This record gives sequence, C-alpha cells and structure tokens, in this order.
Amino acid sequence: MIEINKLHKSYEMGSSSLHVLKGIDFKVEAGELVAIMGSSGSGKSTLLNILGMLDISDQGTYDLDDIRIADMDEKKAANYRNRFLGFVFQSFNLINYKSALENVALPLYYQGIARKERQKTALNYLDKVGLKDWSLHLPSELSGGQKQRVAIARALAANPKVLLADEPTGALDSATSREVMALIQKINNEGKTILVVTHENDIANMCKRIVHLKDGVIVEDKKIKQNIIKDV
Amino acid sequence: MNSLKKIFDRDTWDEIFESISKNRTRTIITTIGVFWGIFIYLVLAGSAKGLENGFDEAFSGLSKNSMGIWAQSTSIPYKGFEEGRNPVFQLSDVDYIKDRIPEIQYISPGLQRGAFSGSPPLVVRGLKSDNFNLFGNFPDQANISVIKIFDGGRFINDEDIKYERKVAVIGEGTQERLFDVGEDPIGKYIRINDINFKVVGVEKFTEGSGFGSDSDITIPYTTFAKIYNRGDRFGFMFISGYDYVNPNYLEETIIDNLKIIKTVHPDDDRAFGSFNIGSLFESIIKFTRGMVFLSLVVGIATIFAGVIGIGNIMLIAVKERTNELGIRRALGATPAEVKIQIVLESVFLTIIAGIIGIIVGAFLLFVINIGTSGLEEFPFTNPTVPLTIVFGAFVIMVTLGTLIGLIPAERAVSIKPIEALREE
Repeated sequence: MIEINKLHKSYEMGSSSLHVLKGIDFKVEAGELVAIMGSSGSGKSTLLNILGMLDISDQGTYDLDDIRIADMDEKKAANYRNRFLGFVFQSFNLINYKSALENVALPLYYQGIARKERQKTALNYLDKVGLKDWSLHLPSELSGGQKQRVAIARALAANPKVLLADEPTGALDSATSREVMALIQKINNEGKTILVVTHENDIANMCKRIVHLKDGVIVEDKKIKQNIIKDV
Repeated sequence: MNSLKKIFDRDTWDEIFESISKNRTRTIITTIGVFWGIFIYLVLAGSAKGLENGFDEAFSGLSKNSMGIWAQSTSIPYKGFEEGRNPVFQLSDVDYIKDRIPEIQYISPGLQRGAFSGSPPLVVRGLKSDNFNLFGNFPDQANISVIKIFDGGRFINDEDIKYERKVAVIGEGTQERLFDVGEDPIGKYIRINDINFKVVGVEKFTEGSGFGSDSDITIPYTTFAKIYNRGDRFGFMFISGYDYVNPNYLEETIIDNLKIIKTVHPDDDRAFGSFNIGSLFESIIKFTRGMVFLSLVVGIATIFAGVIGIGNIMLIAVKERTNELGIRRALGATPAEVKIQIVLESVFLTIIAGIIGIIVGAFLLFVINIGTSGLEEFPFTNPTVPLTIVFGAFVIMVTLGTLIGLIPAERAVSIKPIEALREE
C-alpha cells in the first residue's frame, strides 16, 4: 500500500539546514495498523506529512497504492489527498463554525458530490463513530473525545486508502484515548490501512506494528501482539 | 474542477454564505466601508444634481444668453467731448450693431419711465389709481426675457408697433391694484397720463427677469416714443445671443461697437452700464459642474477606501482562518478553490454593501427632496443620480472588490497546508 525508498528531508533554518529524515525505507501492506514512535524531533511528524502529501521530500521515492507520488503541483496533491488519504490531527482541526455533519461532509464537497448524497454519507459515518445524535452540534458543543470521533468520521468519509493519525490521543485523557483507539482498531479490523504517530507506549501497543524513529532513521521495526481494547 | 463552473455552483455559494453569515462581526465591519463609500457618493452626486436642477428652475424665466445694456455718462474726455457727457442711443444704432455682430439673435430697444429715471406716471381706472413704472417695448422683448402671459391675453405685437396702438400689458401687481378680485382685465381700459389704453394681456411675474417688477405696465415702443416725445432716442436695450455664443464675448463686442458709434474713449468703462445674465448663469453652471465633479472624485475615492478596507479585513480574516484554510486543503481543496472562495466572498460582500448603500442613499435623497420641495428660497429640486453613474460606480466597486480580494486569496494559498495546519 505504502512504499518509500531512501527518503530524505531537510529544513532550511536560515544559514544552516536541519536534516530531519536521513534515508527512510519503509513499507506498509494493506490493512496494517502501524504506530510510528519516536521522541520529539525524531522526524515522525515530518514523515507523516510527507506521507500525507502535505510536505514534499528532497530525495527518495514514495509510492501510494502503486502510484508514484512525485512532481506534484498543489492542485494534483489536493486531489490525491482528497481521494487517497484521511487525516486525523491531535488538535482535531474541525472547522468551528460548521456542524459535525458539515465537517464530515466537507471532503465529499471537494470531491464534487451532490449535497443530498454528501449529507447521507456523512450521517452514515457519524453513525459509525456513534455520534448520529450530535450531527447538528458545533464542535464547541462537543467533548474532546467526541471531536476526535467527528474528525475520524471526516477522515473516513471520502473512503480513503490510508488513514493518517498524528497524535490522535495527544489532547485526550486516558479513558477517552482508549475510546478513540478502540474506534481506530475497529476501523482497522474492517480493512482500513492506518498509520498512527504517537510517543505513548500504551497507544503504540494497541497497534499491530511499531516503527521506531530516532534522529531521522528507523531504528526498530517490529510486529507486536496487539493490545485489543474490549472494555469500551 | 472548472473554475467558472465553481462560480455558478450552488455549493460554492452555500460555502460562501455560510462563511459570511457565521462570521457576523467581521462581515459587518467589512461591509461598512463600502456601504459608506457608495452612500456618500450617491448623496453627494444627487445633491449636486439637485442643486443644478434647482438653479435651472430658478433661472427658467430667462433666456440664458441674454444681457441688458444702457447708457450712463462718460468718464474720459474724448475727441473734443468733455467727460460727464451722456451718450444717447438711437434706433439707427440698433440696426448698425445688429449688422455688425452676427452673433446677436434678438435685440430689443426699450424706453421706460419710473424704473431708473423720470417719475412713474399716474394710472387711473375708475375709482382706483396708482403710480406704475411704464415701459415701451418691442415684441422681440418676449424672446429675450421670457414673458409669460396669462391665458387669454397677449404681448405687444408688430401691428401695435406699426400703428402705435394704445394697448398695454400689465403686471400681476398692477392687476391687483387696479382691478377687482376675479375681474378679467382683458379688453378693459386704463388711463395712463390721461390717455386711455386697452389692456391686452397680464404678465406673470418672473423673478430676476430684466429690470421689471410685478407691477409694471408695458406699452408699444412707438406709442411710448410718441407720448413722451422721444423721437428715435432710447435709453436701454435687451440683447440675446445665439446659444453657441459666449455671453461675455458678446457683451464686450457690443460695448466696443457702441463706443465707436457714440464716440466714447475705448478705455472708458463707465459710459455704458450692463448686466449679463449669460455670464451669471455660466458661472452657476460651472459651479454646479464643479460640484458634480467633486462629488464624483470624493465618491470614488471613498468607494476606493471602502474597498481597500474590505481587502484589509479579508487579509486579517485570512490570517485568522489560516487554520481553517489549511484544513480545507488537507481535505482536498485545491488552491484555485480556496482562491475562488476568498475572492467571491470579497466580491459578494462588496456587492451587498454597495446595494445597501444605494438603497439607503436613494432613500436619503428622497427624504431631502421631500424636505426641500416646499422651500422656494433654497434652489434644490429633484436630486437624482443617473443610472449610468450608479451602474458605473457599481462596476468599479465589483472590479475593485475582485482585485482587492485577490491579495488575501493569494496570501491564503501561499501558506503551505502543513504550516497552515500548525497555526492555532
């Protein structure tokens, strides 16, 4: 599903440059649930941004579902993001003046799908994350866990190939974190490929595979026995 | 996705409308600038037009290219004549001047008693009597200062002149003082210096028209000349030029010619007196034109400032919405889609503000018009702004709104989505 080879990325910081990713080789099969771990500054967010086509690499190749992601202008990148990728952010990144339903429907809007169908699909996904009754509420009227579930519903709405979650539980307490991770596990079990960036061990252990990043290189890549959440 | 299609897409407008209505404070502040601009422009332009109309109406009784010239006394000795001499016009001078100056349309010599010199004659009708200023005029006088005769009457005609008829046109005031209320004066006789005159018309008084007042009596020139034994001498003349003639030029040319035929020193400015309605009118026209121009400049500048204000606030709004725009782009909005949204928001706000400005401005003009319509001393009538100018202002507004919207739009897409998403 995802295949990257010898990926390099550095940031210009005035006169000096900061080499963040130093040759990453990395492969993800369809249906995997991968935790990308590492301390802050290890390059894990940069990797996720490149995977999410929000940022571009300096060197190396990136194939998503056998499509070479290269030489993309903003328009093409936007279309690919829309069709292939779903994002879940630490800070939810919901549009605060739009209701939960409208937020979920937004990626479908950019796909050019008709309003009625959009709303129907969005409501389905809200139902899937257990928030059907909250569809007309604004983000400010939702709890943190609910917001993240709306964000997950939104990420799923366009039926992407890969779900990218950047510290999805970073802003949540442990009980809510478990709820959200349970949802992610459930979605993964339905066949969706998911990448989760985290620095928390217990969150990583809820995934099926852990990739450890340190100073821009992968230091460890292992399949683990998944800690399946049952009590939610 | 096709950009043009986006503009007419209902979903695009739903997005815009939602973004505008959900950020109400921003929207209101933004629109006030343009609203104010178009409002000020409309009120200024309308007022200037109202003033122009008002002056037009105030001067409607006058031929706009007319003047009066009369003889005074010389102030410079010339060719053996002492100073202090009174030049006297003769009827032959009229033909001479008319032949020499083709720009003259009408020229009408006049005689008077009571208005500047001589004593006003006693006029008697039955038991009523009073003194009235008496004028002797030619029919052409009616072509120079617009004379309105009440229904059923007439002004002096050529036959009256030819046969030296004893007929009279009286003023409204004269009628009031010599006739009973409701009595028709036409065909009745009045006695001027013991000579009976038949009243043939009642003149409606027009303010500012010539030397007259509302209580004058006009009789044929030839009759006047005979009664007062004037021969071919006369004291003043009314002249009007063709519409294309510059009234100041005409006045100067006539006086220069009069100086030659009356043997007056070329530099003697006091020998002839004159008043020039044309030049007076021209300066008023220039003034109102200046007002219209000023209102145009001020209005457009204000609209411009308003639109820049919109651009400014949109820029701040874009900054505020960096995160939102980042989210939209992460979810698949192309840069063109983001740009179109921002520009359309800007244009939409401009148009809404403009329409409100036009409506409120038109309403204020309407109120001003009602408030001033009863006031005769205030020259202000029917303040209107031509639709073309309103439409022009509107086009300028939308164009500027689009151009100014491009700046924040460009800024919105210049930030990488990843940076936009980091912004909190």
